[in-house]
Amino acid sequence: MIGKGASTSVHLLADRKKEDEAMFFQHLVNGIVIGGIYAMVALGYSMVYGVLQIVNWAHADVLMFGTFIGVILTGFGLPVWAMVIIAASFTAALGIGVERLAYRPIKSPNRKMAVLVSALGMSTFLQNLAQLIFGSSTQPFNAIEKGNYTIGKIIFSNMQVIILVITAIMLLILYILVYKTKMGVAMRACSVNIENAKLMGINTNRIISVTFGIGAFMAGIAGILIGTYYSAVYPTMGYLLGMKAFAAAILGGIGSIPGAVAGGFVIGIIESLGAGYISSSYRDAYAFIIMIIILVIRPSGIFGAKHIDKV
Amino acid sequence: MSKIKELFAKYGKIKLSQKTKLILMIILITAAFLCPLIITNKYTLHILISCFIYACLTLSLNLIIGWSGQFSLGHVCFFGMGAYVTTLLMTNTGMNFFFAWIIGVLFTTGFAALLCYPTLKLRGDYIAVVTLGFGEVFRLFLTNAVGVTRGPAGIPSIPNPTIFGFEITGKTMFYYFALILLIFFIIFMKRFNNSGFGMAMMTVNEDDIAATALGLNPRRYKMAAFAIGGGMAALVGGFYAVYMGMIAPTSFSYAESIKMVSMTVLGGMASIPGSILGAFLLTALPEALRSFSDYRMVLYGAAMVVMMIFKPDGMWSRNKRIKNEYKYAAMKGNKVK
Repeated sequence: MIGKGASTSVHLLADRKKEDEAMFFQHLVNGIVIGGIYAMVALGYSMVYGVLQIVNWAHADVLMFGTFIGVILTGFGLPVWAMVIIAASFTAALGIGVERLAYRPIKSPNRKMAVLVSALGMSTFLQNLAQLIFGSSTQPFNAIEKGNYTIGKIIFSNMQVIILVITAIMLLILYILVYKTKMGVAMRACSVNIENAKLMGINTNRIISVTFGIGAFMAGIAGILIGTYYSAVYPTMGYLLGMKAFAAAILGGIGSIPGAVAGGFVIGIIESLGAGYISSSYRDAYAFIIMIIILVIRPSGIFGAKHIDKV
Repeated sequence: MSKIKELFAKYGKIKLSQKTKLILMIILITAAFLCPLIITNKYTLHILISCFIYACLTLSLNLIIGWSGQFSLGHVCFFGMGAYVTTLLMTNTGMNFFFAWIIGVLFTTGFAALLCYPTLKLRGDYIAVVTLGFGEVFRLFLTNAVGVTRGPAGIPSIPNPTIFGFEITGKTMFYYFALILLIFFIIFMKRFNNSGFGMAMMTVNEDDIAATALGLNPRRYKMAAFAIGGGMAALVGGFYAVYMGMIAPTSFSYAESIKMVSMTVLGGMASIPGSILGAFLLTALPEALRSFSDYRMVLYGAAMVVMMIFKPDGMWSRNKRIKNEYKYAAMKGNKVK
């Protein structure tokens, strides 16, 4: 009797351990998936900062607008691939338009602050315009029929697999664009020193537009992915997503492309694990807490270049 | 467009003599004191009180952003902390408002000094996002720590403040209370601006390294800016709590921080009249646009963009020393004289 009881409890313990492991991997998978989305949005912040040294606070609202366009196009019955491409292109155009209208005309020695307020104004404008056009209620977004796979005890949804694959493809395309093409060389030159890049015959205005366009394009795709993942699209959806993505960009060292990607995944994973193991009501706080801790240790972020003050 | 810009450049800066300034000041203050005698409409009085509250908040934020050059996006954290500490002391221990107020301010001042520790080593936008993080964590704490703050429902029916058995109630009395608070803030900022301490802070803002060479400790001034600015915001927070009669976490969201930063930059950095002007304009503008109902906030956003394009330095900014005339002229699109 005693022996039997002990063996069951050992079995139970082993089962429990297995379950704990499965739980951990489940959280990890969820974290990586959401981290991929953060990384794509963070790239938009980071690239713009790299070239212009300004924070594009309207980025998240541009993303939201693009996602709504995706919802409308799905309503027209367009195939998914066409919907994604058209909506993301529209987002890119909107991103370029925001730069042309709200950032480029501002010329002042104290430009950074002026651009900040202008960007906040643009963000208010876009958010309320979306409320006017699309209504303030949450809209469902079901572009793809959902299904689940299981490997061992870990459950994947097909949406998670799609998110991971698209994130990987987008990051690869971005890598080729920035590191292997002439345009990428020009972009990197601008982020080193925009004045000198101008002197070298680079059309910096065009590069700025392209940077905004690429950032917004990726944001558009990220918005459609997360809208479909949670099946919820609403005018203020950009706020928390944008803030966490910005925290990711800062965490990795703003202006650095590998930094933004790493920061996105770090924040996604820690948020998911924190929500699973500590407390889910503070889910939105983990991103900021981890960012503050890392910045105390490394003030310029994980991949950020150390800034040296010159006298 | 360029013509309008020229006009702005020409008439944007008005020079007044010291005497006219004083007379204008006296007229303005008298008018402000006589206001409730003419305006009996409660709604208009409420808008005016909101304007005063935001003007005080903008002044306190301008101390951090304008005077010390640290871009804080989490000012609502200090505002909310002052409101909550004051309210909790009043409702839980039955303490007199004024004592609770002082304790709330002291608590927030200490907390602000502590909070700014991680930001001391950081620069520019990094400070922005760290302070933003603080604001967000604070709001989540208010929402989730139900045992302390009663969570999202907030704290209702905060008692009116009493001083020597005299109870402050009604819009008119709160109007005078807010006005006195604002005048106190203006005098404080004026004294601060002209003091050695304030000048040292501005030197640190201009150039850390040069300030260090002069024997100033930049960390000390940066920390002091957060502590003083935070304490001032807490002072407004305590008043806000008793004025509204109830507080909830939704009153202390990120949007409020954004509003305050917009007021600061739009009014003009490190400028006392600018802060007040910015706060009044951005508080009154949505009310003035009320007739457009649904389009109101859309227009408000567009107005912010337009104002920044035409007056990027704010409406009443301090004259800044221009470091590189060539660069400035090139930016403005003018020829160098």
